[in-house]
Amino acid sequence: MSVLDSKVPKGPIKDKWTTYKDKIDLVNPANKRHIDIIVVGTGLAGGSAAATLAELGYNVKAFAYQDSPRRAHSIAAQGGINAAKNYMGDGDSTYRLFYDTVKGGDYRSREANVYRLAEVSANIIDQCVAQGVPFARDYGGLLDNRSFGGVLVSRTFYAKGQTGQQLLLGAYSALNRQIARGKIEMFNRHEMLDVVKVDGKARGIIARNLITGEIERHSAHAVVVASGGYGNVYFLSTNAMGSNATAAWKIHKKGAFFANPCYTQIHPTCIPRSGDYQSKLTLMSESLRNDGRIWVPKNMDDVMAIREGRKKPIELSEEERDYYLERRYPAFGNLVPRDVASRAAKERCDAGYGVNATGEAVYLDFASAIERYGKEQAKIQGVSGASKEKITQLGEAVMEAKYGNLFQMYEKIVDENPYKTPMMIYPATHYTMGGVWVDYNLMTTVPGLYCIGEANFSDHGANRLGASALMQGLADGYFVLPYTIGDYLADDIRTGSISTETKEFDEAEKEVKDRIDFFMSNSGTKSVDHFHKRLGKVMWDKVGMARNEKELKEAMAEIKAIREEFWKEVKVPGSANEMNLELEKAGRVADFLELGELFAKDALIREESCGGHFREESVELEGEQKGEAKRNDTDYAFVSAWEYKGEPADAVLHKEQLEFKDIELKQRSYK
Amino acid sequence: MNLTLKIWRQKGPRDKGKMVEYKVSDISEHMSFLEMMDVLNEQLVNSGEEPVAFDHDCREGICGMCSMYINGEAHGPDRGVATCQLHMRMFNDGDTITIEPFRAKAFPVIKDLVVDRTSFERIQQAGGYISVNTSGNTQDANALPISKHAADEAMDAAACIGCGACVASCKNSSAMLFVGAKVSQYALLPQGQVEAADRVKNMVTQMDLEGFGNCTNTGACEVECPKGISLENIARMNRELVKASLVKF
Repeated sequence: MSVLDSKVPKGPIKDKWTTYKDKIDLVNPANKRHIDIIVVGTGLAGGSAAATLAELGYNVKAFAYQDSPRRAHSIAAQGGINAAKNYMGDGDSTYRLFYDTVKGGDYRSREANVYRLAEVSANIIDQCVAQGVPFARDYGGLLDNRSFGGVLVSRTFYAKGQTGQQLLLGAYSALNRQIARGKIEMFNRHEMLDVVKVDGKARGIIARNLITGEIERHSAHAVVVASGGYGNVYFLSTNAMGSNATAAWKIHKKGAFFANPCYTQIHPTCIPRSGDYQSKLTLMSESLRNDGRIWVPKNMDDVMAIREGRKKPIELSEEERDYYLERRYPAFGNLVPRDVASRAAKERCDAGYGVNATGEAVYLDFASAIERYGKEQAKIQGVSGASKEKITQLGEAVMEAKYGNLFQMYEKIVDENPYKTPMMIYPATHYTMGGVWVDYNLMTTVPGLYCIGEANFSDHGANRLGASALMQGLADGYFVLPYTIGDYLADDIRTGSISTETKEFDEAEKEVKDRIDFFMSNSGTKSVDHFHKRLGKVMWDKVGMARNEKELKEAMAEIKAIREEFWKEVKVPGSANEMNLELEKAGRVADFLELGELFAKDALIREESCGGHFREESVELEGEQKGEAKRNDTDYAFVSAWEYKGEPADAVLHKEQLEFKDIELKQRSYK
Repeated sequence: MNLTLKIWRQKGPRDKGKMVEYKVSDISEHMSFLEMMDVLNEQLVNSGEEPVAFDHDCREGICGMCSMYINGEAHGPDRGVATCQLHMRMFNDGDTITIEPFRAKAFPVIKDLVVDRTSFERIQQAGGYISVNTSGNTQDANALPISKHAADEAMDAAACIGCGACVASCKNSSAMLFVGAKVSQYALLPQGQVEAADRVKNMVTQMDLEGFGNCTNTGACEVECPKGISLENIARMNRELVKASLVKF
């Protein structure tokens, strides 16, 4: 087994990034004009990277599969963005954000990367405010903060329930400014279908114009992949319908190692599924857990009565409710990290206490928050002896100001009023911590090929804390990659422009075209979605919230069988030389069918429970933590980085040993 | 429920296009409108026909990609939602539903229900930004207090998802609600003041160049907007434009 070089700079953790920046090679402004960079994906990470690289003077070509960068799925992030500003004066600091993130990630992330993330977090807020991002403010005109799961301070900045939208539109505005200056050439409705390597270095991509079907060659001195996560491997997830792993998987097949695919975040607060036709799941922001209390009935009789519609949840008294998170985790209560909250919901539902017809739902109840805020408002507004109705009315107004759009979304989907009756929620796939392996410079194992944002693996370990995805995306794009990529490109100032008329481009293009030709000429009988749904079911049932050896082995075999059938039986209508949405899906699902198997294999070799990865064989057997996940630091404190060798089952494992010098490894206790 | 769908089919930008009738059955009232479209498309693929092309992505009402004109209304009969959040409980068994693309000169049809909205992109590129580089050396975020009211109002304007329903609903195909929302967001914030005059002039000029019509205050855009963007934003844009015409550099 080879040793991966993480290229983490030497020295104390507090100084690493500063020292690194002082010592790297720079490219002078005149030379930047002669260097081209391709950025694939224009969400928070890709959009902010493209804008910053263009500001620095590089020529950027940016690619998005949607009709505009503003549609990237970063836009759907609701709750907020973390930053160690300590505006609340509640004891926050760079170290504390670093500590919380490493602990929240269950000690499976790389310390140096996380520290850097915490360090630049404060700059992100300054930058966004300067760009005109309308963050929430208090009456004194200063920025407001809320708290999120897994931490004991308030460090989350937000813009109503649309923080992702506002941050993305901020990055989009920076992008537009550079497009107008001609420094970014924007390719909307284009999909990257392969990376091109010349002399071992990434030098371009093959992309399909999704309107005309034309296959295009694009060259550059470096390629940045910012294509997001692979949650849609489950078919149902909170990802966008088009979110896919194709760019990440293609670079994996060309030599980029894929790290920790089994680390997936199942988010605790999503709207439960309602039927087989379901196409996606909708998240209800975790910020709701600030004000919502999660419960199921204590007695099975009440469960049955509720399911059959004989009883309403609001009719149950406090004594008849089981606030299971508050019961099991008194210190953190409803604000335990996502993985813990999700498994606790599954535990109650598996035990039969689920509150809807499918038995897969728990309540998220805002009644006590409405009362609390109502009383507070009554005092502020000087309403003495306010009636219960008045208090409820005042409290609901506060809730509306805080979460109005979420409550509206819930009501539109479920047709119930969450101000009056508790929401029903259930966990759903939301985010993938795993991804393409990168070193401290965010470079993959292929020289000149970078990977940023959710698409890489580096910062969240085995579990991501709420409001940290936006932080990482923007940190990578605005503040990290623009430095690190310069160090690499400093050697390229004499290279000149890269030709696309070479055998490397010929070969890559042929491969892409052959695959498209196959899809168009295959005489199968089953739709792409048919296979995607089957893959998703195997993933959810056997590689979902709880995993065991037997089922993981079965999953690997089943996914392989579905894949083989896919290549025989898939049917793609229409033609290749036009807009063809089925063809786009076919390529993406083909890649998911490989990734899913590697995912299961990774889960199989990791015989410990950590973060989002829960192995039923690895739990605490006694003591206060009985039944909780049991990590194994002696044998598994490493990153699994997989090298592609043909079939996913043949992938070769490389281990990056994780060292914790600044944080003591402890069992994560939220009790 | 069982439904009859009349859908605009158009093979490409140069094709004339026509309405085609389809039947779908066993549609659940809990389905979203796009899930109903998925059912139709699965049906079409299985019978060897080409599925209906339509834009969609996040399916939670925030990306702004979906864009259908349903029974004569942008995003259909419900209020405050994009097509992806429209649910079948808004319809009845036996209904005939007409589905067309967003129509405007500046939104040419690409295929079936998919339209080209890059005119919106060019308007944003003309001035929808604050010229600040990513240096990491900007002043502390709290150095400049902004009144809560201004921040909230800016947020309301910034909530626009760029779907184009305002244009599709307007008899003049005006994009003034879309442009007004962006102009307002920055006009309400101190950070936006420095470039305010240039911004509004450049964005409005580009809007006119793209072939969008003018506003005649019918208010259809506000009614159909899935995010409730207010007409006040158009008024504010006009005010900004007048102000800009008085500024001499």
